[in-house]
This record gives sequence, structure tokens and C-alpha cells, in this order.
Amino acid sequence: MKIVVTVKQVPDPNSNLTLEADSTISREKEVVLDPGDECGIEEGLQLKEAHGGEVILVSMGPDRAKDAIRKGLSMGADRGVLISDASLAGADALLTARVLAAAIKQEEPDLVICATESYDGSTGMVPPMLAELLGFPQLTFAKKVEVDGSTVKVHRQTADGYQIVEASTPALITVTAAIAEPRYASLKGIMAARSKEIKQVAASELGVEKGQPAETIEGVVEAEARKAGEVIEDDGSAVEKIVQVLAAAKVL
Amino acid sequence: MPSILVYAELSEGKVATTSLELMTKARDLGDVYAVALGAGAKTAATTLGKHGAKVVHVSEDSAFDDYVAEPATDALASLYEKEKPDLILFAFTPDSREVAGRLAARLGAGLISNAGDVVAKDGGFVAKVPYFGGAKVASMKANGKPAIVLIRPKSFEASAKGGTAEVKQLDVKVGDGSKRAHIAERVVEASEKVKLEEARVVISGGRGMGGPQNFPLLEELANALGGAVGASRAVVDAGWVPYSMQVGQTGKSVRPGVYIAVGISGAMQHTVGMKTSKIIIAINKDAEAPIMKMADLGVVGDALKIVPALTAAVKAKKNG
Repeated sequence: MKIVVTVKQVPDPNSNLTLEADSTISREKEVVLDPGDECGIEEGLQLKEAHGGEVILVSMGPDRAKDAIRKGLSMGADRGVLISDASLAGADALLTARVLAAAIKQEEPDLVICATESYDGSTGMVPPMLAELLGFPQLTFAKKVEVDGSTVKVHRQTADGYQIVEASTPALITVTAAIAEPRYASLKGIMAARSKEIKQVAASELGVEKGQPAETIEGVVEAEARKAGEVIEDDGSAVEKIVQVLAAAKVL
Repeated sequence: MPSILVYAELSEGKVATTSLELMTKARDLGDVYAVALGAGAKTAATTLGKHGAKVVHVSEDSAFDDYVAEPATDALASLYEKEKPDLILFAFTPDSREVAGRLAARLGAGLISNAGDVVAKDGGFVAKVPYFGGAKVASMKANGKPAIVLIRPKSFEASAKGGTAEVKQLDVKVGDGSKRAHIAERVVEASEKVKLEEARVVISGGRGMGGPQNFPLLEELANALGGAVGASRAVVDAGWVPYSMQVGQTGKSVRPGVYIAVGISGAMQHTVGMKTSKIIIAINKDAEAPIMKMADLGVVGDALKIVPALTAAVKAKKNG
């Protein structure tokens, strides 16, 4: 089974954000492999271990996104593809999906695994776009994945439980963090990753036209901040104070 | 007048509240059409009319309930070709965003997600989107034709204002090519006593709760107050509690009378889903946590001591 896992390099969730002069979020900070993608890679590796095949990591990003791919390779993925092109800086979700789709089509995978959403954008728009552009069904919010021949079955998380959703491959699935605990790269894995292939592809080679972005930022203003209220140290009287607030709000 | 198409999400045959919230906004922006797909669509049309839809396009084809995203995308794409709405509104919910994503890709239109508001400007539309960790709001002009905007739940209040919608049978044939991701079974796990989205009091726990073994403390407080328990993404990702409890950008949006954040630092991912709560109380060991800057009452202390004491005090007051 040929499995593609999409990966993204994101600002370290534990670092603070800064803003560039053109109001875009600075990406020059500490960057890491998106923690959600680590779960996707783990699931891909487990499926490969059970069914055989290959796990290919595909990413769009600047040159240094190779580090994120390399981390996935050290976990055990077989090879990587990085679409890196200055013209893609600031790409919106649709352009990102178009670029990824063009690169993934060349691999002719049986399964594409994406995280439900990225850690930095958290909008989850690329996976359904990608599924549409690839012409694949989408099995989303998976907390469990089973593959049997050409049938893929997922437990799709819902508000009050889950659905069992099944489709034939090729298919795209999105996985939640509940899917699998990502493994740590072993020293052997890290060594092996050094000689694994990361193919670099230019956007022009994929024949993707940039087009107009979905939105133009007209301005950025301060959000209406809630007024900070009272902050107290708990010296034993905090409970009484909270009870007063609850009573004033008429919920008690 | 611009024409606005609202994608009405149905849940067990009823219009989701999030969709009615969209109607409140849509009817101020132009002529509102809605589309309702699946079981209950015709009944939904009545409700949508009362909330301002002039026309509701319906289809009760079971394919819309049985297959993920693709049949709905077919229906919307075909409706777009016929009606050419200027703006298509979706709620920023898991089910709607999957349909919106496929539609935007099929139409080559792109979209704006996670918006808190949308306004008409210069013959087009501008969406207001939380930005930069939620500290700022960006005005984003939609360039797509149609403009497709996904709006966060609870951005507007649902209110009835309208009459009787004309119901039009949607002429769309869902082909076998779109019947692929088949929902074979639905499993209900936990029946929430009080629904998180509707609770008057929400008590949410984060990493500061120390571990899943301490979440029952929050449940006891919620029971005493008649509220519901939520959680931050960090503890959902860590597997302490199920996703259904997640409050935040991609979890649930809540707007209770009182929101009690326990051991939650207040990352944008979380606060964007709760900051419109009327009163916010934060309990946290760290006085510098961002949540303290938005709380009406911030308590610096040990949550594991304060919460049980608070539960006891609430019970005493109720019985006294």
C-alpha cells in the first residue's frame, strides 16, 4: 500500500508569535514538525507495518521545511517530497491544496493521510480541498483506521460518539490526535534518515497557476479586548469570592 | 441587492442553531436563499423561512445523510450554477467545513474561514477574522466568485424574523460517483446531561488539572451548578477527555452566563471559543497566564483544592 502523509512545518506552539510589516505572521521563529502531523505519520507507519508498502511525506514550504520532513523520515517514513518555491509564500488554502494535489497525483497513492487541522492555522480547510482536487472520497476526524484489501474504514469522531465510515481506496483520511501516540525516532532511525531521499520540486514543474488569493487583508485592528477584572491570590477567601460572582450572575 | 445562499446544516432532521445564527446575519446583507439537504429538509424550510429565508431549496435524498460531504457538494455546485449567489455562508463546524472545502475547490473560488463577522463593502464582502493569536482582528476582502465565508458558531444570536419561505425541490441527482464515503453506522457514546453549547455555566479543564483522574472534580462542580464540563485542546490531544468536550476554535463555541476556566492558560485556540461568555472566572497557578487578562475574576491558586471547596460551598448555599 502506497501511503502519502502531508506534513507541515509550523511555528513552535510553545513560542510567541510576532507580526511582519505587511501584517502577516512571522515564520522566522522556532519551527517544528506540526504535532498533529506526527500522529498522521505514526498511523501511516502502523498501516505500512501491517500491510506493507511505502510511506511518503509530502510538504509545501520554504527550504528549511526539509527539517520537518527529515524528522518524519527518522520516525521511519521512506522518503519525502518538498515543494519549495518563493512564489508560494503566503499561499492560501486553495493554492496549498492545488500544489499538494499536483505533487501527490504523481505518486498515485492508495491512501492520503492528513491531520484534521494544522497547529498554526487550525482551520482544517486544506484536507477537503485536497480530496476534491484528487477526486478522492474523504474519511475525516478518524480516531481509528482499519484497512482490509481495498476497503478503508474509520471511526469518525462526532459530537456525541462516532460514526463508522467506509470507502474504497484511493481515499483521503484526516486523523485526530487520538489516532496513535507518535513514536520517538531511534538513533538508528535518525542515522538512516540522513540518507533517505527528499525530492525538491518547484511549483512551475507541477504546472500549478498561482491565481488570485481568496482574500486580501485590508487592515488589522486590535481585537475588542475584554476588560481584565480582578485577580486575587487564594488566601482561603477565593471560594467565597467565586460564590459571590456566581450569585451576582444569577447562576446560583 | 446581493443574493446570499446559506447552507443549513441539519442535525437529526432539525436545523442546527448555528445555521439559524447565519440567517440573522444573512438577512441584513441581502436576499437570502437557503439550502437544506437530507431527512427533515422540508420541515427545516419552515424554520428557515421564519428566520428570513425567501426561498429554501430542499432535497430529502437519503444520500445526503448516508455519505460524507460529496453529495452535498454536488447539490451546492449545481445550485450555484443556476442561482449564482454572490455570497455562500457556512457555519465553521466540522460537517460544514468539509462541504465548504470541497465546494471551494470545485468552483475554484477559495474561501475565508473562522470569520466572526461579514459585512458588505463596495459591492463585495469583507470578513472579520481573528488574527495573531486572537489579539487582533483582520478585515479580509473576499476575492472569490462566489465569496465563500465560514462563520464561527455563536457569532450572532439566532432570532426569528421573516415569514414563509418558498420551498423549491432541488433538482439534483447524486451520482454513484459521489456515494463513496459511506456512513455505515452511528454510535452514540455519552449522553450529555446538559449540552455544552446550551449550558448556563461551563466549567472547563486544562493541563493544570494534572491528569484525567481529576476531571471528576469538575463534573461534581458542574452537577452542583447545573452546568456542563468542557476542556482545552491540549488535554483532548493528550487523550484525557473526548473531543466532544473540546471548547475552542475547532471544538465547540460556547457563550454561557458564567465560564469557569480551570488550569487553562488561555491560548487563542481556546479563547476564541469562549471569550463571548458573559462572566469569565479563571483559576490558575500562574498569575501571568493570558486567561487572567480576560477574566472578570482571576484566582491564583491550586485548582485541586479550590474546586472541591467551591463545590461544597455551592451545595451548602443551595441547601441553605
